[in-house]
Amino acid sequence: MKSLWQRLFASQVWRSMFRHGLPESNRTRAEAIFYNFFLHIHPTKVRKRSVKFSYTWGLGGLSFGLFIVLTVTGALLMLYYRPSVPQAYWDMKDLQYVVSSGQFLRNMHRWAAHAMVAVVFLHMLRVFYTGSYRPPKEFNWVIGVVLLVFTILLSYTGYLLPWDQLAFWGISVGTNMARAVPFGVGDNISFLLLGGNIVGENALVRFYVLHCFVLPVAATMLMGIHFWRVRKDGGV
Amino acid sequence: MSKDFNVEQTRDAKQVPTRIAFIKGRTAARVRKEDAEMVMTFPNLVVKEIIAFEVMVILLAVLSLIIDAPLEWIANPEHTPNPAKAPWYFLGLQELLHYFPPVVGGVILPALAVMALIVIPYFKINIKREGLWKEHRRETFLTLVVAVGIVSLVLLLFKVYAMVMPTLIMTGFMLTPYFIKREHGFIAWLGHRPLSWWVMTWFVMVVVVLTAIGTLFRGPEWGWTWPWEGIY
Ligand code: HEM
Repeated sequence: MKSLWQRLFASQVWRSMFRHGLPESNRTRAEAIFYNFFLHIHPTKVRKRSVKFSYTWGLGGLSFGLFIVLTVTGALLMLYYRPSVPQAYWDMKDLQYVVSSGQFLRNMHRWAAHAMVAVVFLHMLRVFYTGSYRPPKEFNWVIGVVLLVFTILLSYTGYLLPWDQLAFWGISVGTNMARAVPFGVGDNISFLLLGGNIVGENALVRFYVLHCFVLPVAATMLMGIHFWRVRKDGGV
Repeated sequence: MSKDFNVEQTRDAKQVPTRIAFIKGRTAARVRKEDAEMVMTFPNLVVKEIIAFEVMVILLAVLSLIIDAPLEWIANPEHTPNPAKAPWYFLGLQELLHYFPPVVGGVILPALAVMALIVIPYFKINIKREGLWKEHRRETFLTLVVAVGIVSLVLLLFKVYAMVMPTLIMTGFMLTPYFIKREHGFIAWLGHRPLSWWVMTWFVMVVVVLTAIGTLFRGPEWGWTWPWEGIY
């Protein structure tokens, strides 16, 4: 059995995919990181202190984990959802009663979204209380604040999509808040967001595009920069 | 004659001692720090990341099996629910709107909060984060009392008891080490907290209190309701 594995790991096909052998020595462990597209965001060695769970509480990583869960469940939800009035609502009903595991899918997306707002906020608190915003990490903190705002906006734009009473009035309350910006700016912002003066189909399409394309793409780029800077600023 | 190296001093934000680096002419100006103990990323970090992610997915899945996402009746512009609430992370703001005029509660205060968060790292005042009471105790005391007095008065004027309470409680904790000097224990720990710590903790308390009130304690006409009378 063991030799079978060893032959597999030594085979040309395997080696063409993973250039390193089993991560048994420090050399191959380092290779496991820097020969891997996904893992090479990490340095090959990290500070012992920063790996301790009680230092970061894993909150930054979990924020990213939630984002991944949201991307996967979100893509699946998009298969069953049409952003039009009143179809959007009936698609929700179909998810509940017709699509297999549709309700479960929706639940996962919903709870992960709420959790992400909370977890990102807690991550910010962790960074603050460990003093990790101080030079040279100032700008990564700023990127973080933008990420927090984007996380909230992502959650909020998604809130309208089910097109139920909760969605409609939640968004009405929020966009009315935006109207309070003085000198007519608020009215313009609200008009731009809603594509009109009331929350209607135009608003639904705009929120859909923001929620499923613009904001996730922007947030992904910011996260890339955020992670890259964690390393450039000398690690956690 | 020119030297072939420069001497630079640097003060790392995390560690107290000043480090001196000799930087040779042609090498990059970088201070290497090898004092912290290092471990291999694989497996030490990678394995933890995988476990954390899996535990999270399991918790989410269990939660999703137990509790269903809400779906109310189809949107109806004619029928306004009472109260109409935004999602929970905006209920702190909505609670502010209840006290202040819309421009203040809905625009100025949140904009100030985001701006304050952004500039945090650019305050170079107390980078070593020394305790509030370390120096100038008397001046600090007076400034604090005046500042808290003004803030509380303004808040009282608008009847924002939900913000006055956390403010006064925080001030109580802040002042304790001033009056009661201790070498060890909780009070000594409080005494070592820097001003930035107090401001942030106050901010978090206010956010939590306002959000909790908006979520759990507000019913029709934004009136006070106890959670057992129904959560709106
Ligand atoms: C989508 C949201 C975010 C994601 C996915 C994210 C992810 C991460 C990750 C994975 C790390 C590595 C250390 C750790 O896990 O704690 C990190 C560090 C950091 N994050 Fe975030 N973050 C987010 C939002 C924020 C916010 C809101 C702030 C602050 C306002 C922030 C500021 C920082 C800073 C300054 C560091 C460096 C900390 C250190 O070196 O100890 N991030 N982030």
